[in-house]
Amino acid sequence: MPVEVIMPKVDMDMTAGQVTKWHAGEGDRVVKGRCLFEIETDKAAMEVEAPANGILRDVTGGQGVDIPVGQVIAWIFGDGETYTRQAGGQAAPSAAAPPPVSLPVIATRAPAADGALRASPLARRLAKAAGLDLTAIAGSGPRGRIQKADVLSHQAGQSPASPAKTASDDEAILNLFHPDDYDVVPHDSLRKTIARRVVESKKFVPHFYLGVDCEIDRLLTLRQEINQNPHVLEAPDQAAKVSINDMVIKAMAKALRDVPDANVTWTESNMIRHHKVDVGFAVAIPGGLIAPIVRNADQKPLTAIARETKDLAARARSRTLDVAEYRGGTTSVSNLGMFGTREFSAIINPPHATILAVGAGERRPVVLADGHTVAAATVMTLTLSSDHRAVDGALAAALLAAVKSSLEDPIRLLV
Amino acid sequence: MNQDIRALSYAEALREAMAIAMEADERVFLMGEDIGVYGGAFQVTGDLIERFGADRVMDTPISELGGAGVAVGAALGGMRPIYEFQFSDFAMLAMEQIANQAAKMRFMLGGAVSVPVVMRFPAGSGTGAAAQHSQSIEAWFAHIPGLKVIQPATPHDVKGMLLAAVADPDPVMIFEHKLLYKMKGPVPAGHYTVPIGEAEIRCAGRDVTIVATSIMVHRSLAAAAELERENISAEVIDLRTIRPIDRQTVIESVKKTSRLICVYEGVKTMGIGAEISAMVVESEAFDFLDAPILRLGGAETPIPYNPDLERAAVPQTPAIVEAARRLVTAKA
Repeated sequence: MPVEVIMPKVDMDMTAGQVTKWHAGEGDRVVKGRCLFEIETDKAAMEVEAPANGILRDVTGGQGVDIPVGQVIAWIFGDGETYTRQAGGQAAPSAAAPPPVSLPVIATRAPAADGALRASPLARRLAKAAGLDLTAIAGSGPRGRIQKADVLSHQAGQSPASPAKTASDDEAILNLFHPDDYDVVPHDSLRKTIARRVVESKKFVPHFYLGVDCEIDRLLTLRQEINQNPHVLEAPDQAAKVSINDMVIKAMAKALRDVPDANVTWTESNMIRHHKVDVGFAVAIPGGLIAPIVRNADQKPLTAIARETKDLAARARSRTLDVAEYRGGTTSVSNLGMFGTREFSAIINPPHATILAVGAGERRPVVLADGHTVAAATVMTLTLSSDHRAVDGALAAALLAAVKSSLEDPIRLLV
Repeated sequence: MNQDIRALSYAEALREAMAIAMEADERVFLMGEDIGVYGGAFQVTGDLIERFGADRVMDTPISELGGAGVAVGAALGGMRPIYEFQFSDFAMLAMEQIANQAAKMRFMLGGAVSVPVVMRFPAGSGTGAAAQHSQSIEAWFAHIPGLKVIQPATPHDVKGMLLAAVADPDPVMIFEHKLLYKMKGPVPAGHYTVPIGEAEIRCAGRDVTIVATSIMVHRSLAAAAELERENISAEVIDLRTIRPIDRQTVIESVKKTSRLICVYEGVKTMGIGAEISAMVVESEAFDFLDAPILRLGGAETPIPYNPDLERAAVPQTPAIVEAARRLVTAKA
């Protein structure tokens, strides 16, 4: 396998250097450890030794020109290696440039021109367990050997901005546990997308949260009436049966229509005021979640919303949604009530400015309008998360109050 | 158990162990060249002849074959001899008694006898004693089924392991590095044993396992301290016994660190490091290796007389640091 000759990084600040003199030319035999070329940085001049024995080929590092650190400037072919032209001259990304090292600097990554794949037993085991193809992983060890850190950083998708950080973070985390005590499961694209989006949201969107309790006995009664109506009951697919969540979607949509200042998206230069109210709703699927969107939800009757959410949820679970069915939207609803969750705060799904988190409907004591009688009622807690750049507290409170009034006086959902 | 812990030298700890063994059991006696009036070439037996008399601290003629033969015979006859070789190099003269007789009797006589002899071998280089008085030949003995071979690295361990050896029904070979004799360390008073066949983790670490024997344990610990400053965490295992090897401790450590360096003073080729390396790759630890195993052993040369060359002929601390750094940072 031919060995790279690179522009070495010989001090901390060095980003580029110049070859002042080559001690060997194209086709010359070079000896490992002997001076191969001299370099000059803005601080120093020094000799660089040949990293291997063999024939010098493809010398691209011209004398007297600035060459970025890490750039391949020649190749050394060992005895018995057939010469094939090597790609060279491309600067390594600066973040991946080799760390400062003491001379002699030798290339550690060489292409597998001989077809040999070098990987440590540990790297092989981890790659096999994760179902990874070793040939797709770049080895950072001697002679291009793939090591544990390479497999882990490959798995992590290795953000190009900080490859070393990802690898060492993974290492540091794995080092907390005994290797027998865990399995390494590579992230699929859904997991990566969720992770990226929630991090972006929590990092850049200033969330604040408002909570409200809604008494929903009338809502439950209305739902029962709708679902027992022959028109709904006798539909062949039962798909028009309305869920509480469908009613919350409708209530949120109506509230945004009534409080249009909250139906917005923040961008760095402008406020986007949406004409339509499109409500995403979170669907848990194996390995993650996805939020398909009910378009124009404020315009649709409850039974239409019910048919649409059933269809979208089913296709979300079978992963057959079109991208267009979950892209965009102006708000979302996330409901964990069916799991008995009393209340929670949801992470805004950009480009939305709000998300409504829906808890379980529970029988709870409430104080009646007379101010001192306590009675039992079915109560559901809503939590509205808002992007404070786009929606201020009073506006969010008005929006949430509008949702509450629709749910507590549910005839509003029908008219 | 023993509250009374003193700082004793390795030689003093050995002497104390032999005295305790002799006081506890009248079958125990010492044999060797110049171990009586002279107190031993390295002053290990010291004044024991005054305490126990010439019948139990016996000076032998300059015949290692004869001395070893008497010791093996006495052990067969029910005694518990401790035979000191003046230098381990002289064991060559006694190999018939050690390898062909002591090691094989139990097996060839169907378990009807055992040979509870202890043989002590001052070993290793660093004293300017040249090629015939500086070798580390413990691996030769570890190749022989029927022998137990130990290399205590501290005063605490040499006392406990000698007492374990005296109590052991089989022949036990103790290799004592000559540079350790003056090293001091905490030693509990009274009788205690350190089990044969159990390694000791001297320093826990996560990045690389260094398996070392005898004086190399101390050089490896010095290397580990230096590596710590570079944020490389080395686990140093003092093997203590090279036959039978404590497989489990080594294998578990390699599974944790994924990297292994073997450091020993014996000549590298066909040495202890080869055995440990093979043992690891044959074990379940193979799939945990993230780097090649490195061996640091003695150079392929008789130990030179010139002090600089003598130092260069065996692993020193900087070489251990460099090897670990290379493995952990994974540079070519």
